[in-house]
Amino acid sequence: MPAVIVNNITKRYGKKNAVVTALKEISFEVDKGELFGIIGPDGAGKTSLFRILTTLLLPEGGTASVDGFDVVKDYKAIRKRVGYMPGRFSLYQDLTVKENLDFFATIFNTSVEENYELVKDIYSQIEPFKDRRAGKLSGGMKQKLALSCALIHRPSVLFLDEPTTGVDAVSRKEFWEMLQRLKKQGITILVSTPYMDEASLCDRVALVQSGKILSIDTPEQIVASFEKPLLAVKSDNMLQLLSLLKQCEWVEDAYPFGEFHHVVMKGEFKADLSAYLSSQLSAFEMVDTNPNIEDCFISLMKENDE
Amino acid sequence: MSNDKVIIADKLTKRFGDFTAVDAISFEVNKGEIFGFLGANGAGKTTAMRMLSGLSMPTSGKAIVAGFDIYRENEQIKRNIGYMSQKFSLYEDLTVKENIRFYAGIYGKSNQFIKEKTERVLRQLHLSAEADKLVKSLPLGWKQKLAFSVAIFHEPQLVFLDEPTGGVDPVTRREFWHMIYEAAASGITVFVTTHYMDEAEYCNRVSIMVDGRIDALDTPQQLKKTFSASSMDEVFLKLARKATRAAD
Repeated sequence: MPAVIVNNITKRYGKKNAVVTALKEISFEVDKGELFGIIGPDGAGKTSLFRILTTLLLPEGGTASVDGFDVVKDYKAIRKRVGYMPGRFSLYQDLTVKENLDFFATIFNTSVEENYELVKDIYSQIEPFKDRRAGKLSGGMKQKLALSCALIHRPSVLFLDEPTTGVDAVSRKEFWEMLQRLKKQGITILVSTPYMDEASLCDRVALVQSGKILSIDTPEQIVASFEKPLLAVKSDNMLQLLSLLKQCEWVEDAYPFGEFHHVVMKGEFKADLSAYLSSQLSAFEMVDTNPNIEDCFISLMKENDE
Repeated sequence: MSNDKVIIADKLTKRFGDFTAVDAISFEVNKGEIFGFLGANGAGKTTAMRMLSGLSMPTSGKAIVAGFDIYRENEQIKRNIGYMSQKFSLYEDLTVKENIRFYAGIYGKSNQFIKEKTERVLRQLHLSAEADKLVKSLPLGWKQKLAFSVAIFHEPQLVFLDEPTGGVDPVTRREFWHMIYEAAASGITVFVTTHYMDEAEYCNRVSIMVDGRIDALDTPQQLKKTFSASSMDEVFLKLARKATRAAD
């Protein structure tokens, strides 16, 4: 049985004339032991989804289960077996590191000693500061404490809501390395993130936008399903280059992508485009390139808008 | 000073007790340049930006921003810069129009100027129909674009953008950068921080702070060459991994 089953879940906020639909009939499943990513920008519905699955919010429609338990009927059973790290730091700022961890262990009728092995890898990094108040910790240390607290009762499913938002590239990398090690312990992990590049670190991902799932698959398969030819082009004047590309009849879409512009072609018109650019620019560089998750997301977003 | 430098920082330093948050940084930013200001969490970026925008007094060192001295003329600096961050930008309970009016009013712009420019800006943003709607009812991407327009509404010499695109979808993120390019082309200097390393590539020059110092400053192309890296992500990881102090 899958660890998480989501079936046509809908969530709405607001009253009659100002209704916002945060989730629109979302369905997916997560297998036991899987590291599953929910990838999407702010406002995609990531937090609503996590709050429904952790029984903190009731859906307007659809059903969902975690570890075989229904999120509405069996909320008590679910609360005992899931770990949840919300996007906003929500530990007790006035308690020390150790007091916070003890507190969460006690609530779940366990002790730090009993499950120390599970959190050791993460907790040992902040243990030198165990008598410091949580409010006085650095951002990176708070994150590690929050993860330790979410794990201390040995949950079967772990929900991490945007654990890497606002975190620099180095700390992000370290955090994902911790998740890979946790996965080896058999815990199912659902993690949400607005950073597209983190998709490749998940077993499978759901790309979400405005309450809808654009695509669900392995990162490799999502990239492979991008079928149109993709070029990378650069020149001295990137702004001028972009407007030239956008006007071009062979070009489906063109957008900045790091040091290049990525150009999604309507077909095999590379030679035509090259000739055209030669007639307009003194120098430019053009190469075939492989799409990544961000290219796929942009393309799916635009398809969805149409 | 020469007129084509919008920021000149010379050994700028800030200490809090025995902790040196910003450690003698020296650099210059040219007029109309898009200057990327990168660094790991806790490297000292925010402290440096607070000094450059006249909000915090340095412990030592010198800096001239928009032609004004940061010690003696910090009030003039505030008038000649714009500021926008992901965390704070607009008043959610004011309408689109009211937000523009409020900010332009703070900067002492005339009613005539505000009226004319408001219409133009809203048209460019395709927000004319939403002029009287509360900002909180707008999607995040629109809010961020509006916030940027508001930050440069008074036509400052320089605008500070502190992680302006955090959490924004990839299409809007690119539209946002298009606005940055246009602002720079019109002569507004852009000083921007970001955690998206692809955005570092969009900057004319990039500085990378490590432990309060600027450890690298160059064009993205040259930085990649210097550090034998294929992307700015790699450059950043190579430099930031050397950091010894904890993140904020």
